[in-house]
Amino acid sequence: MSNRSALTDQIHPRALSVVLVATLVSLPVIVVLSFVFHPAGEVWRHLAHTVLPLYVRNSVVLMLGVAVGTLGLGVTTAWLTTMCTFPGRRAFEWVLLLPLAIPAYIIAYTYTGMLDFAGPVQTFLRESFTWSRDDYWFPEIRSLGGAIVMFSLVLYPYVYLLARSAFLEQSPYAIDVSRTLGCSTWSSFFRVSLPAARPAIIAGLSLALMETLADFGTVQYFGVPTFTTGIFRTWFGLGDSGAAAQLAVVLLTFVFILLAAERWSRKRASFYHVGNRSRPLGIYQLTSGKAWLAFSVCTVTVAFGFLVPAVQLSVWALKTAAEMVDASFFKLLANTLGLAAATAFIAVLLALYLAYGRRAHGTVPVRIAVRLAGMGYAVPGIVIALGVMLPFAWLDNAVDGWLRSHFNVSSGLLLSGTLVALMLAYQVRFLALSLQTVESGLAKITPVIDEAGRSLGCKASELARRVHVPMLRGSLLTAALLVFVDVMKELPATLVLRPFDFNTLAVRAYELATDERLEDASTAALSIVAAGLVPVIVLSLSIARSRYRETLEIRYAPLPNPVGQQG
Amino acid sequence: MPRLIIFGLTVLTLILGTAAQANSVVNIYSARNEALIKPLLDKFTEKTGIQTHLVTAGAGPLLERLRREGRNSPADLFITVDAGRLHEAKEAGVLQPVESATLDAAVPAPYRDPQGLWFGLSLRARPIMYARGRVQSDELSTYEALADPRWRGRICIRSSSNIYNQSLVASIVAADGETATLDWLKGFVKNFARKPAGGDRDQLRAAAAGECDIAIANTYYLARMHTAEPGSPDHQAAKALEVFWPNQNGRGAHVNVSGAGVTTAAPNRDNAIRLLEFLVTDEAQAWYAEVNNEYPVKPGVPWSETVREMGRFKADELNLSALGSNNSLAVKLMDEAGWQ
Repeated sequence: MSNRSALTDQIHPRALSVVLVATLVSLPVIVVLSFVFHPAGEVWRHLAHTVLPLYVRNSVVLMLGVAVGTLGLGVTTAWLTTMCTFPGRRAFEWVLLLPLAIPAYIIAYTYTGMLDFAGPVQTFLRESFTWSRDDYWFPEIRSLGGAIVMFSLVLYPYVYLLARSAFLEQSPYAIDVSRTLGCSTWSSFFRVSLPAARPAIIAGLSLALMETLADFGTVQYFGVPTFTTGIFRTWFGLGDSGAAAQLAVVLLTFVFILLAAERWSRKRASFYHVGNRSRPLGIYQLTSGKAWLAFSVCTVTVAFGFLVPAVQLSVWALKTAAEMVDASFFKLLANTLGLAAATAFIAVLLALYLAYGRRAHGTVPVRIAVRLAGMGYAVPGIVIALGVMLPFAWLDNAVDGWLRSHFNVSSGLLLSGTLVALMLAYQVRFLALSLQTVESGLAKITPVIDEAGRSLGCKASELARRVHVPMLRGSLLTAALLVFVDVMKELPATLVLRPFDFNTLAVRAYELATDERLEDASTAALSIVAAGLVPVIVLSLSIARSRYRETLEIRYAPLPNPVGQQG
Repeated sequence: MPRLIIFGLTVLTLILGTAAQANSVVNIYSARNEALIKPLLDKFTEKTGIQTHLVTAGAGPLLERLRREGRNSPADLFITVDAGRLHEAKEAGVLQPVESATLDAAVPAPYRDPQGLWFGLSLRARPIMYARGRVQSDELSTYEALADPRWRGRICIRSSSNIYNQSLVASIVAADGETATLDWLKGFVKNFARKPAGGDRDQLRAAAAGECDIAIANTYYLARMHTAEPGSPDHQAAKALEVFWPNQNGRGAHVNVSGAGVTTAAPNRDNAIRLLEFLVTDEAQAWYAEVNNEYPVKPGVPWSETVREMGRFKADELNLSALGSNNSLAVKLMDEAGWQ
């Protein structure tokens, strides 16, 4: 890049197209943010005076709590299943991913059904000990703390997933070396493994936190006012879109801080591990006591994150499924899977395009545009839905107006209220997932590998086919599956943007649940979980295999001489 | 090239145009969820041959969609579960007036827009419900009296983000004025047994289980618990509760409607009016009553048995447009009083 001038690079058509595509994806968010310029003085003062401090406090505490929770669960389990051997380790490798299939609002509904004051657990306690309300203390599930636990239980797999693949990529020799240099197990974890995995862990954490920030269903149900519920309330309760947009801007500053932290952490530590990994992992052979402890930690995590809610849903579903499963139910299933698959496919293509564009033409405008395109992940679905609705309706009405005045025919709405609008909203919302995954996969392909390939006479296309595709396969699959699962769970945008008579499982589950018919909602909810399990299992199997496969492939790929760390 | 584009667009237009003009359809944006509207729509199709197309979502977002789609919106009918939202839609200019002797005769004046922009289709009441044994009915009188310190820590009610609560407070603003309502809210919020969370049924369950002594909820939630499987926790909870009709010596208990209006852009205006008229027939009204335990808006249509057992009452006759015009003020007052 140094032998080309910055100017020619900036106006490179490819760079331009990357900026355009990225801008299109960030357009809905930008549209909503432009509402900031609507006058909202009076309502804004009201908010600042009454509820804003609460929104800030709750959102910050929620993020900190979820950060601690997902890091604790995710890193611990990733470390145990990669570096240690204990009974059940192979099964836990993939079982630990299962909670990813459960939407946060559904786990919240099920735990509330069990644990609130009128639920079976507390009722049993009261009846057994003849207690009344003031005789005992029981943690309130519908609270900020409860929300932190719920989010941590279903979002830790993001940290687990990325931390695990980072641990897998670490050379066992690095740990061996640290041990021979006198590190204990703990200090070699904290001084070697953890720092080297930090970029991946933080990437996983930022995904978990962005999802937390954007959540509406869970915090609404728990009565925990956050920015997201505040935006909703300001927009539709106070009827002030300007003030709602201003709240969204404050929310986005949180996101920028997150993203900046993630960038910063990557910049500080871009480790490229080079070297063959010739022996399987599981360096630490855990014996009886420790092995049981490791086993219990993993079991408890999966039990609370997956088993308990899944069993509760199944119990409800057994009661109601006969009524709930009819012909229309299979249509729901088909709609949901089709939509999720198509969206995931597009998201991966887009991510590849943007990530490669950024890699080849990493100029400032390109980098900023790509960064902005991933911003939507932390923006509540309803905000994105409105951001999509506006430009589409404008475009449709403009085309219609033009046709009416020139040809006296009306085109009506061409894009609004179609699946195109809905799928764009999904891209805006979930591109960050595929982008992050593809970028981190691409980061593994070191500049040295490219240079080596080129010096051996590979053309760019050949380099991509023979080196990049095999090395990226795992990341692409991960990216597609993450988007797939998230689209299945998405609600607010789906609800309002979908075409006539188009339902999904999430819509059905939500409608029944908000009508306070949890038992009837369980069949649809369970189907989301079941359908989400398939990709999660594929994902985990591919992770299990990837280490072995990559070892083989790397051996055949043109490789430079082993170099230690770079960057 | 430009010719080609124009040709393509024209063809597309014709295809899409004819699809949209297909005879005998009516398109509905509904904030009433599918399970509670689709069966009636199916009956309508069966009777008239008019096909229905439905999108359900929150009233706020749907209204935004209607506004943005403008004159090309495919929607004919906008259905909500709250009069305040209908009023908001009227203010936003997305509804058009309808003159129909059938509708005027079936829907009493307080439950429809004076200019015919929207019509109530079913009534919901939001009285006080109390735990039998822990509260005597003579301790209760009005919503306003619930601010009394004797109820400290004894009241369950859901979040102020909920439209039913916003409308209840809007009706109190209409009756008592802004200052008195704020004072009342401050006392009322102090009496909450817990931070508001969950839905209406959760409040009822909590009252039955002893977490609080009084809950405020729409009657059909209690009715549904009554009709739950005998012996189930919900059924037992319902039996531990009693309904109290407040403000019977004054303006009456707070009621709200689920209702609908024909949109300004409606491409199938006549079909939409036919659907509205169908929804106030005795048959459809009886469905609201029997299936969802709501009160029929049309006088003379019998209530469900479960609802009859909750007793007759005097309803607040405030024109429900007031719920809409007072909505944002109500939300602000609730914020100020610290009702989360």
